[in-house]
This record gives sequence, structure tokens and C-alpha cells, in this order.
Amino acid sequence: MSWILALPIAVPFATAVLAFLARHSAAGRWLSVAGNAALLVAAVLLMGTVWNEGVIAAQMGGWPAPFGITLVADLLSGVMVLITAITGLAVSVYALGDINERKEYLGYHALFNVLIAGVCGAFLTGDLFNLYVWFEVMLIASFGLLILGGKPEQIDGGIKYVTLNLVSTILFLSGIGLLYGMTGTLNMADLAQAVDGVENQGLLTVVAMTFMIAFGVKAAVFPLFFWLPAAYHTPAFSVSAVFAGLLTKVGVYALIRMFTLIFDHDTGFTHTILLWVAAFTMVTGVLGAAAQSDFRKILSFHIVSQIGYMILGLALYTPMALVGAVFYLVHHIVVKANLFLIAGVSQRITGGSDVYRIGGLYKSAPLLAVLFIIPAFSLAGFPPLSGFWAKYIIVKAALEAQGWLIAGIALAVGLMTIYSMTKIWAEAFWKAHPDGRQPRLTDMPQAHRRPMLLAIGGLATLTVIIGLVPEPFVQFAERAAAQLLDPAAYVAAVLGDPG
Amino acid sequence: MRSVILRVGTRYLVGLLLLFSVYMLLRGHNQPGGGFIGGLIGSTGFVLYAIGCGTAEARAALRVMPQSIAMVGLGIALVAGLIAGLFGDAFFTGQWLFLGADKSDPSDKGLPLSTVLVFDIGVYLVVFGAILTLVFAMEEEI
Repeated sequence: MSWILALPIAVPFATAVLAFLARHSAAGRWLSVAGNAALLVAAVLLMGTVWNEGVIAAQMGGWPAPFGITLVADLLSGVMVLITAITGLAVSVYALGDINERKEYLGYHALFNVLIAGVCGAFLTGDLFNLYVWFEVMLIASFGLLILGGKPEQIDGGIKYVTLNLVSTILFLSGIGLLYGMTGTLNMADLAQAVDGVENQGLLTVVAMTFMIAFGVKAAVFPLFFWLPAAYHTPAFSVSAVFAGLLTKVGVYALIRMFTLIFDHDTGFTHTILLWVAAFTMVTGVLGAAAQSDFRKILSFHIVSQIGYMILGLALYTPMALVGAVFYLVHHIVVKANLFLIAGVSQRITGGSDVYRIGGLYKSAPLLAVLFIIPAFSLAGFPPLSGFWAKYIIVKAALEAQGWLIAGIALAVGLMTIYSMTKIWAEAFWKAHPDGRQPRLTDMPQAHRRPMLLAIGGLATLTVIIGLVPEPFVQFAERAAAQLLDPAAYVAAVLGDPG
Repeated sequence: MRSVILRVGTRYLVGLLLLFSVYMLLRGHNQPGGGFIGGLIGSTGFVLYAIGCGTAEARAALRVMPQSIAMVGLGIALVAGLIAGLFGDAFFTGQWLFLGADKSDPSDKGLPLSTVLVFDIGVYLVVFGAILTLVFAMEEEI
């Protein structure tokens, strides 16, 4: 049992070490692909076990909870690890064509796999301080990836990224300290019980807000999101794809975990704030995107906007809304990572990233156009793609909770998303290239083209599958949401099982 | 600015700091200390050397790239965790070997060797390598 939980962390770390030692040769990049494939196997094993046996937990080093470090996987953790592995594999395949030898020599593959290990660790840990450690692992690895190559705008974006994240880290750590002072434990399952016994519930709400701000920075919600569009358009495309897909979602995951498991004592206060945060996040993100013209900057602002939907799912705090949040998380990671990967191919063959200065992709690279339409329309919420179901569930949940205004905002933001996507479509794909260039996929060497398109095609297929057969995914999300709303099984798995 | 006093002093201090860092590493299991603080102290030696004599000389004295040291350390730490699997225990369970222990006398533990120490050596190398990577990069930037 304990090894099933430990493998998704151990495999990427081992991959990182091996890939670093082999960074002088082509073996490094293939080790990264193999490692991520192994991670996928481990993640599928984990998911299967959780699906069949319910919440599983293991105590690292054999130290019993709540004293040792616990790894826990419920359905939400399981699916997040699985989707991390899928994204990791897709991006490591894409990197075969995207990452040049200099970046490989500087340790791209090692940093990438350490990042994946950090993300998996954050999803699996059942200990608050350990969660902090995984955030640090992610921060260090992502900073390294962000500035790899050392262009001035990368350093600029990197500094903003790290500064803001350090502020978040300090708040997170203060929150941990305060919570430990009040309850004497940091094991999440133990905390879920201990917070009920805290005399001063008002103080607990204050601590809850510290965590909300700390994770809010990580998740890039309004008004703490501005580091994201400043940083995500600068690094290599593989890097920004994995950032866009996974990093902010770790913040969202942490918010969902904390505000369903531990801070559910005053939902009238905390979740109302989350509701407003969600509304503003959706609106500012989509408005910000409308003002941009850089391919990746438009997409970056859309990450912010989409985060709003997930937070909305958490804020409504009904079973249906949480189903929507879980579904949205999974759908969004696949779609968003894919859009950034497509932006990379577009830049390679058109020679630019400003959508007003490129064009002609539809005519000379129709395959890329098809591959773009799938995630782009999914993001905007077109049926029958995955984004439609995600938005449908969230909006339905809002209507059921009689949140007419918020449902209206969510729908309007969806409309604005279509505007941005059509802007990219009209400028980069339909319009002729202003320099008269005819961007063709064959402009790229075959050794680059094949892996890059394979990764994009794989993720696009997944989007279509989720869209066409949403039934099992929704059922899955329902079970995951039920576990979130009733943490008894989670607590029992951690504290009741001495193994 | 290269001060002669610093340069001469550094030559003595580097050895002392490295020795002290190993002492801190080994002491950690019973008293304050351990891999992390040991790695920090050890790296201070080479940081001083880099300030006193320049990073080129410090890199030459180190012989291997600090990044490689950090990654090898990570590998060692990971292996220390994986060893528990051979004995059917949970990830990172400490495995102990009491070398030359007298079985009839419970107070005689002999020389205790453990995966915990292996893990700490890994941590030592990670911290040592990471700090030097950062400091060398920044020194060279300036």
C-alpha cells in the first residue's frame, strides 16, 4: 500500500537524477520520456487502487499519524496525480522537439522532473507542513525552468514570479505556525477534527484567510494574479505548458482541500469571500485577455479567468458545484497545456508570437488549425467538447443555489472567452501572414515535428473523449465530490489505519 | 578587491569548515546538527574561497560541477528511502545495522550504521551543491 503512494513521487525524482547525469547525450531526453511513462503506470495503479478500495493512506518511515508524514490519496488526489502524469508524458514528448541541446545541458529535464515530483507530492501529502515543502520544491524547480536560457525578459518574469510566490510562502508558513499553535497538530486529517475543538472560532477564520491568500497567490486568483501573465509568456513553450496546466491548479487543489476538509466551520463567511473572488477572477481574467495580442499572454489571462470557474465551484459548496470544480480541474489541465504547446508550434513556423504579426496558418497548416480548434473551442465551452460539460455543471450548480447573478457572470465570461479565441483564430489562422510567409508544418525538421504533433494530438484526443463520453467522468467527479463533502473516510483512512 | 589577508586566511579556514561540516553531519543523530546544516557549513568554505580567490579557482578546487554534486546527493537520498523496500517496510523507514554489536549485552550497540545517515549524506550533498551553484552563478554575474 505504502509503495503505491510513494511511487508517483519517487519515480520523477529518480528520473530527474538519471536525466541530469545523462544530460550530455540524447539519452537524457529519452530517460525523461521513459520516466514520465513509468509515472503514468504508477498513477494508473494508484487510481485503480483508490477507485476499488476507497481512500488509502500510508505513513512514511513507519511513523504513525499524526506524528509522521502521511501520504493520502482520495479520488481527487488520485485523478490529479493521473492528470499530472498524462501532462508530464505529453510535455516530455513535446520537449524532444522543443528543447535545444543547450537547455538540456543546463539541466532542463532534471528540473522538469523535479517539478513533476513536487506537483505529485503536493497532491498526495496529508500533512500541512509537508505540503509547504512540496510547494518549495515546485517553486525552486519552476524558477530554474523559468530562467533557463537567461533572456532578460525571462529574468524579469522570474523575479516577479519568485517574489510574489515567496510572499505567499511566508503567509502559508505563518498560517501553519498559527494553526499549530491553536491545535497542536499539522496532520490534515487530525486537523479536520482538532479545529472543531478550538475555542476561539473567530481566530480560526482569521487563520483560514491567511491560507486563502497564500493559496490564492499560487492559484492566481483576483487580486493576486498579476505575477502569472508577467511570467508565463517568457520561458520555453514546454515549460509554460506545464506551468499553465499544472502549477496554478496545485493552488486550486490546496484551496479545495483546505476549505472542504479543515476550514468548513464558517462557510457563510469564507465561502462568500471565495464567491466574490471567483466572480472578479473570471471577469478580470477575460478582460485582461481581450487587451492582449501575444499568443501566450492571451492564454495566460485565460488561465486566470478559468481559475475563477473552479473557485466558483468550491465557493458554492454544494455537491453539484464540487462535481463541477473537479471536472473543470481535469478538463482545464489538458486543454490549457495543449494550447500552450500549439502556441509553440505556431511560433516555430510563423516566426512570431504576436497574433497581429503572424497569420496564414489555416491555409498552409490545416492540421495545426484542426488541432487548435479542439482545445480552443473546448476552453470557450462549445458542445460537445469537454469545456461545455465543465461550464454546464458549474452554471447549473449556480442556478440551483439561486445565484442568478454569478451564473450570469459565468455565462458572460464564457462569451468573452469565445471572443478571445476567435481573435487568435482570425488573426493567426485565417488572415494571410503580413510578411507573405506561408507557414508550413514541414518547415520544422521531421525529428522535431513528429513528437510535438504527437503530444498535441494526444491531448486533443483526450479532450474529445471527455467531451463525447462525459458520463463516466461525471460519475467519477460525483464520487470525488462526495468524498470531499464527507471527509469521514479520509480521516478514518489516515488515523484509523496504523499501517 | 582581493585582500591578501582574506586569501591566506581562507586557505586555513576552508579545511576547518569542511571538517566541521562533517562533524555536524555525523553529530546530527544525537544532538543538534545533520545533513542540512552540515551542507551549509561545508558550502561556506568554498564560498569563502570564491570570495577570496575568485570563482574560477574555487571551481577548479571543487573539481566537479556543483550541480552534479546536488543531483548525486538527491539520488543518494532517494536510494536511502528505497532501501526500506528491500526489507518490506514503508518508504523511508530507517534500516539499521549494528556493526560488531555484542548480542548478549544490550548496552553494547557496536557501530550503528543506518539508511538515515545515508539520507543525511544525500541531503548534505544536495545543500552543498545547490548553495554553491547559486553563489558561483551570482559571483560570476557580478
